[in-house]
Amino acid sequence: MSTMRHPYPTRPAPGRGAQAGHQELARGLGWFSIGLGLLELAAPRGLCRTLGLEGRETLVRSYGVREVATGVAILMSHDPTPWILGRVAGDALDLATLAQGFDGDREQRANLVAATAAVAGVTVLDVVCAQGLMADKRLSPPGRYDYRDRSGFPRPPRAMRGAAADFETPPDFRVPDALRPWRDDGAA
Amino acid sequence: MGRTFRSAAGSLKPMKALVWHGTTDIRCDTVFDPTIEDGRDAIIKVTSCAICGSDLHLYDHFMPGMKAGDIMGHETMGEVVEVGKDNTALKVGDRIVVPFTITCGQCPQCRRGNFSVCERTNRNKPLGDAAFGHTTAGLFGYTHLTGGYAGGQAEYLRVPFADSTHIKVPDGIPDEHLLFLSDIFPTGWQGAVQCDIQPEDTVAIWGCGAVGQMAIRSAILLGAKRVIAIDRVPERLEMARAGGAEVLDYDAEPNIVARLNDMTDGRGPEKCIDAVGLEAHALGAVDAVYDRAKQAMMLETDRAHVLRQMIMVCRPAGILSVPGVYGGLIDKFPIGALMNKGLTVRTGQTHVKRWTGDLLRRIEEGQIDPSFVITHTIGLEDGPEMYRTFRDKQDGCIKVVIRP
Repeated sequence: MSTMRHPYPTRPAPGRGAQAGHQELARGLGWFSIGLGLLELAAPRGLCRTLGLEGRETLVRSYGVREVATGVAILMSHDPTPWILGRVAGDALDLATLAQGFDGDREQRANLVAATAAVAGVTVLDVVCAQGLMADKRLSPPGRYDYRDRSGFPRPPRAMRGAAADFETPPDFRVPDALRPWRDDGAA
Repeated sequence: MGRTFRSAAGSLKPMKALVWHGTTDIRCDTVFDPTIEDGRDAIIKVTSCAICGSDLHLYDHFMPGMKAGDIMGHETMGEVVEVGKDNTALKVGDRIVVPFTITCGQCPQCRRGNFSVCERTNRNKPLGDAAFGHTTAGLFGYTHLTGGYAGGQAEYLRVPFADSTHIKVPDGIPDEHLLFLSDIFPTGWQGAVQCDIQPEDTVAIWGCGAVGQMAIRSAILLGAKRVIAIDRVPERLEMARAGGAEVLDYDAEPNIVARLNDMTDGRGPEKCIDAVGLEAHALGAVDAVYDRAKQAMMLETDRAHVLRQMIMVCRPAGILSVPGVYGGLIDKFPIGALMNKGLTVRTGQTHVKRWTGDLLRRIEEGQIDPSFVITHTIGLEDGPEMYRTFRDKQDGCIKVVIRP
């Protein structure tokens, strides 16, 4: 009876670390996107009035469509990275639109400042999430794990070449002689 | 009900298992213990099981036919704890490895050794007929197209047709040496055997995951003159090199077909093995981007980048061996090159039991130790997170063994 020992070291699970956190943050941003989008679709006039952006209701509605679509895509895709990057681009559009509200002396300036700060905060979250997701997908740098001793053979591979010469290929897996011209003379 | 010898787990006692709930949603749930359903069955207490690369096709939901609540896993071994009344081949206490293909052992295909296309073990035969034209064998934990059988990433497993579907293994050899007789070792072996390797052959192998690693060792043992392995993950390439392969990093080689031709005096390798399957990656390749887009629009199910490269680079009259899993339809298949070059294509799920007697002997004699491929050992509760780590090729992960 053999008394073999398992010789190769293995590792436990790396644990629920930052990778899981980035996925969960993405899902949170997805739900946020849907919520904000629905608000923009349902009450564009009220939003524009609050922020001093009267006349831009159609634009806000289109942003609502964008937010809902992006949110659904984040929640449904197995890799939310491109959609989170899309959110970053959307944040830039939102900030540019809000910046237009600062023109002139408006009563809604306080609301506008608050809205701009909120969008800037969400932008930071989007950027952190996108960077984290991209970092998670990066492969380990070469040399981090050393598998050079994992041949599985008792001797160097060169010495194992043809060690299973006693194996006879079953007839149904054999190549017809006519299709192996390189066998007899070692060249095609 | 058969002879009941199980004392540790009575009927309908809860156990832990890794359960599929949806795309990238696998959970460690509490489910009912399996019970004997047929006289040929057996129940095993799982001592070791593994996550397979083909499980990732289910995790990402590229394979159709999964239902919420399905138990994952098809690489399993353990100790028999209960045996059906008609099963005279096994007894309680036997140590067995469970082949991932369920085989009746009696149908014409099983009698020919074509176990992976057993005609009787897919209990959802109409689904199999509809998907593939004719049914194939039932598989553990691998969609309802192949029977919808509960898988082995669990504390207990019901083995249907267990009097035929088992590999008895001796005590005294660690699970890690034997577990891969269930799938990846015979799959890599059959991938190489299908090439009918000759001493002058150059064998190119796409994919250095666990099956690719086994195919590399198998091609070396079967006497290939050269083995060239293709991947992009540094650890996998390093492990391939350790097994005797020359390696190509497709991130660093802009044209794999041209490079392989250069390495073979312009003639191409005689034998090509696809150990990648339907989720082929190729950053920047035009056809790979095309496949991604079509797959996203549900206009094709499988990505054929590796198959296209193999067909184009293989030496005329050569052999393409495809152990990598495909599930449905591909596009832009270069049938003209395949036909005019007179290539032979050999495919199929693995006829596991056809090879395992011979491979077990090689393990016992120390000719090969398949445990070289294991990078992680975990408990069931870490399974869901490990699926993601494995899928994303993080933490140097090549093969995960689970100890329930």
